[in-house]
Amino acid sequence: MSIYETFSVRLRERTPVALITVIDGPRVGANLLVSPRLDPLGSLGNPELDRIVARDALGEIEAGRTGVRHYGPEGQTTPEDLEDSPTVKVFINSFAPPPTMLIFGAVDFTSALANAAKLLGYHVVVCDAREIFATRRRFPMADEVLVSWPGPLFEQRGASLTSRDAVCILTHDPKFDVPAVAGALRTRVGYIGVMGSRKTNAKRLERLAEVGISDPNDLARLMSPIGLDIGARTPEETAVSICGEIIARRTGRNAPSLRDSSGPIHR
Amino acid sequence: MKELLTDIDRWQRDAKRIVLARVVDIEGSGPRDPGAAMAVNEDGEVVGSVSGGCVEGAVVTEALALLAGERQPGVVTFGYSDDEAFAVGLTCGGTIHVFLQPLDW
Repeated sequence: MSIYETFSVRLRERTPVALITVIDGPRVGANLLVSPRLDPLGSLGNPELDRIVARDALGEIEAGRTGVRHYGPEGQTTPEDLEDSPTVKVFINSFAPPPTMLIFGAVDFTSALANAAKLLGYHVVVCDAREIFATRRRFPMADEVLVSWPGPLFEQRGASLTSRDAVCILTHDPKFDVPAVAGALRTRVGYIGVMGSRKTNAKRLERLAEVGISDPNDLARLMSPIGLDIGARTPEETAVSICGEIIARRTGRNAPSLRDSSGPIHR
Repeated sequence: MKELLTDIDRWQRDAKRIVLARVVDIEGSGPRDPGAAMAVNEDGEVVGSVSGGCVEGAVVTEALALLAGERQPGVVTFGYSDDEAFAVGLTCGGTIHVFLQPLDW
């Protein structure tokens, strides 16, 4: 099968895919096809360039982003390496729906998290059962603001959630966050974070056990309390800590500082 | 892009030579985002679009020139940075960069 044939099959099957094309540089028109968990197909003219661009393209697919990027002829990306060197301009054409973030709870932290999630390319859905809080006016940055209990929302959309998507439960209210956790655990969603102090978390685990949620495999999926331990205080800092955790879970990192780890920054 | 597949299939079955044109970048307001695509075959038949109808005619001209060997694959810019802005500019005042390549891969 040609690159184009493979590409068209993936588009039709809705397999996330990026078609990468050199639009300026030594091999204008050269193509590389990249999909998560599949071998890249084609070449941009240099194996190292292919490797680096394919790696970046996976991130672009995750974010559902399309655009032009510049590289050195062997995939160099840092300004120092690119100085005095001809650049290759590539067009990364991603075909993937943006990932979804479902945020339960129309609270103070919600707008900051919704903003941070938009920055990362998420389709952001804010959901709360309380009509006076779940309003478009309070969350203009959200793609959708829904007045609903978690149960019906998961019934409606749970099946479409994938490992690229995230559920963040910020309510701190057992009558809302227990059904939200239960609903999220029945999906394939890649990230489930639940806000609350350690005390709240302990109580919540008891309530979850009361409704039959105690399987260690299920509990292991819960990031609770939510977020990386970066000492975040404000809603904005907390949003960064949550988004950092989502990225680290996706990439399988422990999220230490780069200074304190070794090896290549991009792998 | 997806909306082009059926027509491209048909053209390929008929052994038509095809050019693929995609918006790769926009400056200012553009009617279509990067990734908007159209395809042109050797008979000048068109599927898809790269703008709100502002520059499609000029893209067809470039595509046919590419098939005739009169130009190379590459980026064509339409808009106010273009000398012919008034001939084939965008009514919205933006600039779009369209990449043209033969679909022979």
